[in-house]
Amino acid sequence: MTELRIVFTLNGERREIQAPAHRTLLHVLRDDLGAVEVKEGCGEGVCGTCTVLLDGEPVSSCLVLAGRAAGRDIMTLRGLGDGDAPHPLQEAFVTHGAAQCGFCTPGMILTAYAFLQENPQASRSEIRRAIAGNLCRCTGYTKIVDAIAAAGREAPPRG
Amino acid sequence: MPAVPFEYQTPATLAEALELLQPGAGDVRPLAGGQSLVPMLTLRLARPTVVVDLHRLDELRAVRRDNGILEIGALVRHRALERGEGLLNTCPLLQEAAPLIGNVRVRTLGTIGGSLAHADPAAELPAVVQALDGTLVIRSPRGERTVPAQDFFVDILTTALQPGELLVAVRLPILGPRMGSAVEEFSRRAGDFAIVAAVAVVELDSGGRVARARVALAGVGRTPRRLAGAEDALVGVQPSAETFWKVLAGRPLEIAPESDAHASAAYRHHLARVLTVRALERAASAASGEASR
Repeated sequence: MTELRIVFTLNGERREIQAPAHRTLLHVLRDDLGAVEVKEGCGEGVCGTCTVLLDGEPVSSCLVLAGRAAGRDIMTLRGLGDGDAPHPLQEAFVTHGAAQCGFCTPGMILTAYAFLQENPQASRSEIRRAIAGNLCRCTGYTKIVDAIAAAGREAPPRG
Repeated sequence: MPAVPFEYQTPATLAEALELLQPGAGDVRPLAGGQSLVPMLTLRLARPTVVVDLHRLDELRAVRRDNGILEIGALVRHRALERGEGLLNTCPLLQEAAPLIGNVRVRTLGTIGGSLAHADPAAELPAVVQALDGTLVIRSPRGERTVPAQDFFVDILTTALQPGELLVAVRLPILGPRMGSAVEEFSRRAGDFAIVAAVAVVELDSGGRVARARVALAGVGRTPRRLAGAEDALVGVQPSAETFWKVLAGRPLEIAPESDAHASAAYRHHLARVLTVRALERAASAASGEASR
């Protein structure tokens, strides 16, 4: 089969789409479902701008074939929070001025979110390693690390 | 650029997958984690007519331990290696090498079998499997065969896998007492392939001297490379950076790196020596720590 019917969860909502098998999750999200908060950068899995969470783990949506989304739980930045109800990590990015052009921000925040889930009290060097795969061409890394560290410190204890 | 359209199959069993992978119906490619194949599809470096997605094959996610051998299913992800999940913690070398692979997103989806079958000469896991004297387990409708890691990597992106065969697992001997391992690599940027990576496994005798050393390098030729001559020359030496350096500096390395945009052949030679000494030093230190426990 070359044409697939794919059912998955996007930011908590059930979605059903029809897509050719060679389409990537990135293009399904942006072009078919209008989730333009997912940015297309290099298209080769290097830059991190198209990061989404697949069952809670960060992946490059440009390196996931559409069929792989079947039955899975996909979260984009909008699933974390929006302008009306931002997540504390998103608020920290605003507070610390951690966005310049903003293109890397969605991927940066989702990568940081998944990382903080496991390591809320991470050191700055651990945070730098955690976001090493997300490129900011404005090179505004210092404030990004500030924002992630602050959000981690203020996170309520888990459990 | 979108990939060239292909037919997409998601077999539910290994037997079904092997049937689909039989040559004859055009260019058929197995898909594991997709972190090498999907970029090749979208860059149109690969134009298969059929993609056989293996992700439903839970039987290729098994990890077993039997008689001192750790058997890791081909679909076990780099993240699981990195975290040392379950029995994988019996191989500290994998735990040390896996975080060096790509970025966290690559490690979330990328698999050990995918990396080994892709056979990039600068990749970490092929050198790790060579240094551990691992064995590759290969299946086809005709049955199972095994290939030692020394013979598996044939050329750039080329392995001993024949058309219609699938890599299903890798077997790695678990290190015993007085044995230690380490990996050292140099890359230009975080997440890049290594310019050179050195993997060392050292066994010490009761007097603390090297009983056996194994060294495998990545990034120094068309395949990962074991340094058999250097390994022989290391037997009997008292482990230290100085003695290791003396052994390696006093002999030509058995590698033939090429110059490319990333590094000259001479620089790769230099890195190979420096990183091998560092890896040997840490492997020996891990081996002596093991002995005192």
